[in-house]
Amino acid sequence: MWTLGGIGFTAPALLWALLALPALWFLLRAVPPAPIRRRFPGVALLLGLTDDETQTDKTPWWLLLLRMLAVAALILGFAGPVLNPQERQPGQGPLLVFIDGTWADARDWPRRIDRVAALLDEAGRDGRPVAVVQATALPEAGLPLQSAEAWASRLAGLKPAAWLPDPAALSDWAGALEGGFDTFWMSGGLDYEGRRDLIARFEAAGTLRVFESPRPVLALRPAIFEDGAIRLTALRAGPGETSEITLAATGRDPAGVERVLARVPAGFEPGAAEVTADLVLPPELRNRISRFAIEGVRSAGAVSLTDDSLKRRRVALIAGRDDREGLQLLSPLFYLQKALDPTADLIDGALADIILASPDVIVLADVATLSAAEAEALQDWVERGGLLVRFAGPRLAASDISRDAEDPLMPVRLRAGGRTVGGAMSWGEPKALRPFAETSPFFGLTIPGDVQVTAQVMAQPDPQLAERAIAALADGTPLVTRKRLEDGQVVLFHVTANAEWSTLPLSGLFVQMLERLAVSTRPARPEVDELRGTTWVAETVLDGFGEAGEAGNLPGIPGERLAEARPAPDLPPGLYAGEDRRLALNVIGPETALTPTTWPARIPVEGLAVARETLLKGWVLTAALAILAADILASLWLSGRLRGQRSGAAAVLVLALMLPRGAEAQVDELALRATTEVVLAHVLTGDARVDEVARAGLWGLSQKLIQRTSIEPADPIAVNLETDELSFFPFLYWPVTANQPIPSPEAYARLNRYLRTGGMILFDTRDADVARFGGASPEGRRLQQLARPLDVPPLEPLPADHVLTRTFYLLQDFPGRHTSRDVWVEAAPADAEQAEGMPFRDLNDGVTPVVIGGNDWAAAWAVDAQGGAMFPVGRGYAGERQREIAYRFGVNLIMHVLTGNYKSDQVHVPALLDRLGQ
Amino acid sequence: MSDPAALRARAEGLAAALPPLLADAEHLAQAVLLGEHGRRRAGTGDEFWQYRPAHAGDGARMIDWRRSGRSDAHFVREREWQAAQSVLLWVDASASMGFSGAKSHPTKAERARVLALAISVLLTRGGERVGLAGTGLPARRGPLQLLRIAEALGGTDPAADYGAPEARSMPPHSRAVFLSDFLGDPAPVERALTEAADKGVKGAMLQILDPVEEAFPFDGRTIFESMGGSLRHETLKAGDLRGRYLDRLAMRKARLADLARATGWHFSTHHTGESAQGSLLWLFRALERVH
Repeated sequence: MWTLGGIGFTAPALLWALLALPALWFLLRAVPPAPIRRRFPGVALLLGLTDDETQTDKTPWWLLLLRMLAVAALILGFAGPVLNPQERQPGQGPLLVFIDGTWADARDWPRRIDRVAALLDEAGRDGRPVAVVQATALPEAGLPLQSAEAWASRLAGLKPAAWLPDPAALSDWAGALEGGFDTFWMSGGLDYEGRRDLIARFEAAGTLRVFESPRPVLALRPAIFEDGAIRLTALRAGPGETSEITLAATGRDPAGVERVLARVPAGFEPGAAEVTADLVLPPELRNRISRFAIEGVRSAGAVSLTDDSLKRRRVALIAGRDDREGLQLLSPLFYLQKALDPTADLIDGALADIILASPDVIVLADVATLSAAEAEALQDWVERGGLLVRFAGPRLAASDISRDAEDPLMPVRLRAGGRTVGGAMSWGEPKALRPFAETSPFFGLTIPGDVQVTAQVMAQPDPQLAERAIAALADGTPLVTRKRLEDGQVVLFHVTANAEWSTLPLSGLFVQMLERLAVSTRPARPEVDELRGTTWVAETVLDGFGEAGEAGNLPGIPGERLAEARPAPDLPPGLYAGEDRRLALNVIGPETALTPTTWPARIPVEGLAVARETLLKGWVLTAALAILAADILASLWLSGRLRGQRSGAAAVLVLALMLPRGAEAQVDELALRATTEVVLAHVLTGDARVDEVARAGLWGLSQKLIQRTSIEPADPIAVNLETDELSFFPFLYWPVTANQPIPSPEAYARLNRYLRTGGMILFDTRDADVARFGGASPEGRRLQQLARPLDVPPLEPLPADHVLTRTFYLLQDFPGRHTSRDVWVEAAPADAEQAEGMPFRDLNDGVTPVVIGGNDWAAAWAVDAQGGAMFPVGRGYAGERQREIAYRFGVNLIMHVLTGNYKSDQVHVPALLDRLGQ
Repeated sequence: MSDPAALRARAEGLAAALPPLLADAEHLAQAVLLGEHGRRRAGTGDEFWQYRPAHAGDGARMIDWRRSGRSDAHFVREREWQAAQSVLLWVDASASMGFSGAKSHPTKAERARVLALAISVLLTRGGERVGLAGTGLPARRGPLQLLRIAEALGGTDPAADYGAPEARSMPPHSRAVFLSDFLGDPAPVERALTEAADKGVKGAMLQILDPVEEAFPFDGRTIFESMGGSLRHETLKAGDLRGRYLDRLAMRKARLADLARATGWHFSTHHTGESAQGSLLWLFRALERVH
């Protein structure tokens, strides 16, 4: 390949043909354009006349140049020009294509695979054996050398992994490599353990080329809930320029459909490696979030799954007595509030209201009796999955609740009175807690030594008592009992929620017990110790692209592995379910830092977007064809065949095709004119006289509106139904002429959209002097034809209580130049009733989309350039009065269009004032 | 001709071609109102007018004995007073007349035929006798003659590129009308006019031109051919020739006008792009002025 600048030629020998161009010059210039034969009787007079210039038989120089250009372009085109030609150095020996294949590669994986495919093509042409190795999925041993074609067919099966390579496996594999080979390293841009050793190993085996995208890797840390806001931290590998990203929170909406619930923008400062963004969401929304992601980045690192740690349960606290205000520490709810406040959303209020707010947990502290309705609602709520936690207390102990028969809302029957131990008036010592049994949800919690119980309510011995007790005192008396009730459960602490009966609320155990009961949730990730011995099963698994998928039959994971939070092939990132909670394992942990790769200066690093070879042959040949086409036109023009009317029309057509911007600009201008101010509009009928009267009429009405009302319309606009957008206009005046063309279906579609979206059309047949409403006149028949495809509601003659009669003026007649009472509007609903004490019916909805009449209103409104009336109306004073009423009708109409049923609503003012107590 | 089928075919062909032409001509002639025409009375002439009883003062020589012999009274045979001479039309039927520069107006030949027939109608109404030169149709009068003229006008002579008028068949002191584009060789025209002037024939020359021939709206490399194809002129820049062509056309018109003036004829130019009305009126008046 021979290159010239940035362009190479596949067949440079053809370029010698360019030398023939000067010869072509002489050949071409000698041939005049072909003549036209014309029959012309006047030729007898022409005989003997000679042409003035002898030069004209030569082709003009510019036409010659055009043709030379075309020929030159042809020669260049067939010489095979290539933009950015790539010097291919045929390599020898085996080639190793080493792909990191981590989640960091996932964002531009298809392009990476394309690049590898191009590489394989090249290797295939050179006949080199190739091995494609993915660092996250290493082969058993050595290089899987195969032909390039074989690898090319397997490329589509390669997928990025959601974890980083295992350093031990890497060094084992690299150590076992033998022989020399060239390496092409497709780097993901992230540093990982063992990479430096690999560089050394590959360089020892042969040349090493590295391809790496210059765009920094983006990742998202797990969300943290802090101070009522969700704090999201996005990372990037290596500082870079300012860049904007959008973080999206995804979850199920109330309909159960997965969708983006919230978005928050975040911008990296120049040089900063991380950026935080706070997202404040109502708890209902927050609890639904299942994952956060950086929008537009398709990578597992840019996705952060949420687990229970983000969920905040709604807990309702209800105490039985409020008679000891001021003694905060003795309040039955004080310790509960302290324990739950950081981790749950607390709700106060009356029980009936609280149940409507559907809390997750309701805590009743020493509440003995509930009204029947409350009890029923509460039981219903528990059976639907609620958790009712009750604390004992003096009231409960004194009441008869669950004494003889078990109350549905109590886990056990209670003995009367309860007991007191270790007090001044009792025997024995305060009781400590017995270690929790294995079946208890509290199993595993350490019991502090200072937890002592001095008083409690006693459970009646019942057959189910043993299984219902989940915590007991050292002497075996149940301290906490639990009962399942359909989907929900009822838990009773046999002590008070304050420190009166026990020191339990003062200890950390209290909080832990509440957590275990899932009354509250734990904000922080559990420690290794807590997870030891537990088994977790994957529910949802992320692939390298960050797509969540079903976990399938993955084996259970021991808690210790999960605590390491290091994703691996057998521990893919995802959501893991344990006994009573779920943990998210994300690619990026709270402490993970992204380290960009650094390469020794001797290794060439190419960006992914290398300049690709572009074959220019097609383009150059197209250019040659275009020049030849221009030559045809020029030749025609020269020989005089491109003249005359037809060619003129053709030229106009070509120009029209080439200048589509003009029409757009017109549309824009119309839109601007129509929307910067309120504008009345009339439909162009094609009859210049009618259109002029309509324009003058609307202008006159606009003047009256400006004088009398706060509506100040601009100059009216004539609307062409076929071409103009209608939605800008609140009001269209449509004078109907007998020979008006029927609009096209597209225009009708626009009209119907206009009518449905609140537009109003005033149809004026202008014939009320000779005809009534209907098909009696040519205009009336035309109106029927015009309106047939329109979406016009049922009509009725304008009733006396229509809002049009009182939107601005009080009117009962609607004259224009004619005084027919036949004005039709949308029919009121059949069930409209007379408003009490009002002369009007209750008609509150909608502006009538059409007003139809024949009174020739525009003529009555029309004002000429001098401001005088264009047409006489009636006779004398009565006529002027009629014109005035016509204007008033116009004002009312525009008011109705712009303010809707506002005046109809005024009917209710007395009732509203009455209700306000005035 | 005796074959009835052939006769009928010819008659139908005639009927198909003539009525529109005749109708056009009649329509055109409608516009010209004839004034008082006093020739329909006895006088000196060649044609029979009427027999009238002889009365005192009539010479014996004037009595028509053949008629008188059939009855008891003596009759005098009167001839019609022929104030008007016969009018001989010459319509150029050559190929060059078949030219039309645009679809919107008719060919020159068509216009010439309509004009010729229209003036024939007018003259016939006025009692003149009309004939067609070059076709052997002598001057006669009456509606039948109109039909004959119309039939004779239908024929064209595409063999010749440019036509030449014929003055041989003209009766002395008659009138003549020449309708042509006069673009061909002017010598035959001159000859015919001189001959006509020698015979005391006077008349009108109407030059019928297409607007294209007046404007010469051509450009670029062009080969101009006459309608028959006998003449040919090639140019590389037709636009440059316009001025000189127009000069030559003006010269041709001037020459014809001079010729007409010298021989007592009238000359005018008619364009097919215009209405035929004006030229018909001009023709009629030109013939009137002659007598």
